[in-house]
Amino acid sequence: MRSKLLTKLFFVFCAILIGSTVLDVQTSSLHAQSVSTFPGDGGLKGSSADIWREIKQGKLGKTTSPDKSRGMLIQNQGEQWRNTRNNMVFTYGAIGIVGMIAALILFFLVRGQIKLDGELSGRKVLRFKTIERFNHWAMAGSFILLGLSGLNMLYGRAVLVPILGHETFSLLAGGGKFIHNNLSWIFMLSLIGTIIFWTKDNVWDRFDLNWILKAGGLFSVGVHPPSAKFNFGEKTMFWLVVIGGIAMSYTGLTLLFPYLFGTLETMQLMQIIHAIMALVMCIAILGHIYIGTIGMQGAIDGMKTGYVDETWAKEHHSAWAETHGIKVDHNPKDEEHITQGGVAE
Amino acid sequence: MARMKFLCDTERCTECNGCVTACKNEHEVPWGVNRRRVVTLNDGEPGERSLSVSCMHCSDAPCMAVCPVDAFYQTGDGVVLHSKDICIGCGYCLFACPFGAPQFPQDGFFGSRGKMDKCTFCAGGPEEDGSTEEYKKYGGNRLAEGKLPMCAEMCSTKALIAGDGDKVSDIYRTRAAERGFGSGAWGWGTAYGLKNNKDS
Repeated sequence: MRSKLLTKLFFVFCAILIGSTVLDVQTSSLHAQSVSTFPGDGGLKGSSADIWREIKQGKLGKTTSPDKSRGMLIQNQGEQWRNTRNNMVFTYGAIGIVGMIAALILFFLVRGQIKLDGELSGRKVLRFKTIERFNHWAMAGSFILLGLSGLNMLYGRAVLVPILGHETFSLLAGGGKFIHNNLSWIFMLSLIGTIIFWTKDNVWDRFDLNWILKAGGLFSVGVHPPSAKFNFGEKTMFWLVVIGGIAMSYTGLTLLFPYLFGTLETMQLMQIIHAIMALVMCIAILGHIYIGTIGMQGAIDGMKTGYVDETWAKEHHSAWAETHGIKVDHNPKDEEHITQGGVAE
Repeated sequence: MARMKFLCDTERCTECNGCVTACKNEHEVPWGVNRRRVVTLNDGEPGERSLSVSCMHCSDAPCMAVCPVDAFYQTGDGVVLHSKDICIGCGYCLFACPFGAPQFPQDGFFGSRGKMDKCTFCAGGPEEDGSTEEYKKYGGNRLAEGKLPMCAEMCSTKALIAGDGDKVSDIYRTRAAERGFGSGAWGWGTAYGLKNNKDS
């Protein structure tokens, strides 16, 4: 914000500066004595415009306040932060989330639930150990609460205040802030768990190119490109969670401990990164929740009970199923781009 | 209708911190919170200038624009006030404020902030004018009593001026015009200034 008052002040000083410069030219032409030796002149002759410019650029002065950073008179990045948050992040975030939900609804209407082609075998195979499932749900629970309380900070004022009123919304947002600040630790711990448990299964392997070229069979019925424990879609999700989660955790910590990691300017930047990254992750997680629940038959079983049906394993993760001694019927049409060798043989 | 403004005359401010003290006393501002501060630029060097700064009660107030719970409101006099009942202490107003006006007591785990406190232009808050509740949360309400902010009233050199924007500008314009050459250093203009006498 350019304060009208400061703008006025600035122009008054500019006027004085120009006046004194003209006077100075006349003086020096007539007198050997320089006007600049007058006390108090420093503020008027030449330097006042400099002083105001420096103030506007955030020059640090001295103050008796114990917090020395308060010696800054004007910080202009705040306006940049405000515009980025209130316009760019706000608008594109809303478009992204609404767009993703609309896309998923459209996908569901066109494609419907991805059902199993074969009959359920009734035989189960272990997909996720108890600790893996515990870690996943700890992350899922904390992420949903963090996400909702975070979205509330950005969109609550526009969406919920007109419905709930200021007092009730304040209670909700205050509770959300408490949850956001304290539940973040569970998210960070489960993020470490995620990295420990699943990184080895999420590196690029020989099935991925084939999976990408066939779009995972998402848009075509009966197409099942083979994959190891995780297909390329799941791997993308994994790396998004890991990289995004680390970024979220770091930027979040800088905000949770104000001034510990840097100045106010650092915190403004971190807040913007935090918000953008959070929106990207929320949008991606919507896809993850969709495919894990109503989007695909049997997909949630692995994370609910730890076991999946052999038919599901065969159709969606045939290479992984084979390593568990399940007989897989190879369909050459599904496997035409698979390269030989690779990590997850 | 008046538009309340602050102005600090850098040619007059002597860095006495009287405004800071007056404010703290008037509103019984808690430890660790200073609604007003004095900043000195070029301290100890030629061209040293001091400025008293607090909330400037901006027209398009950034704090108001970014507050996620919409705790701020602007009075008819242009004074930016907030409700401590609605504030959740997120700190966004501090991120947005160009003048570093919002103050937060530490409250809760880690670096959690308590409810924000800032200069009210001595106009209290949303509670009933002059009530005990209002005083506890926001300090005195001098505007409701027909008085101007304590900091400006107490300023010994009248460097800090508060009041209707038009009047404040008039005072400052008169000062700037009268000061003219020599920066108000009394007698210097007469003694050493350019006289334009033809006999030199």
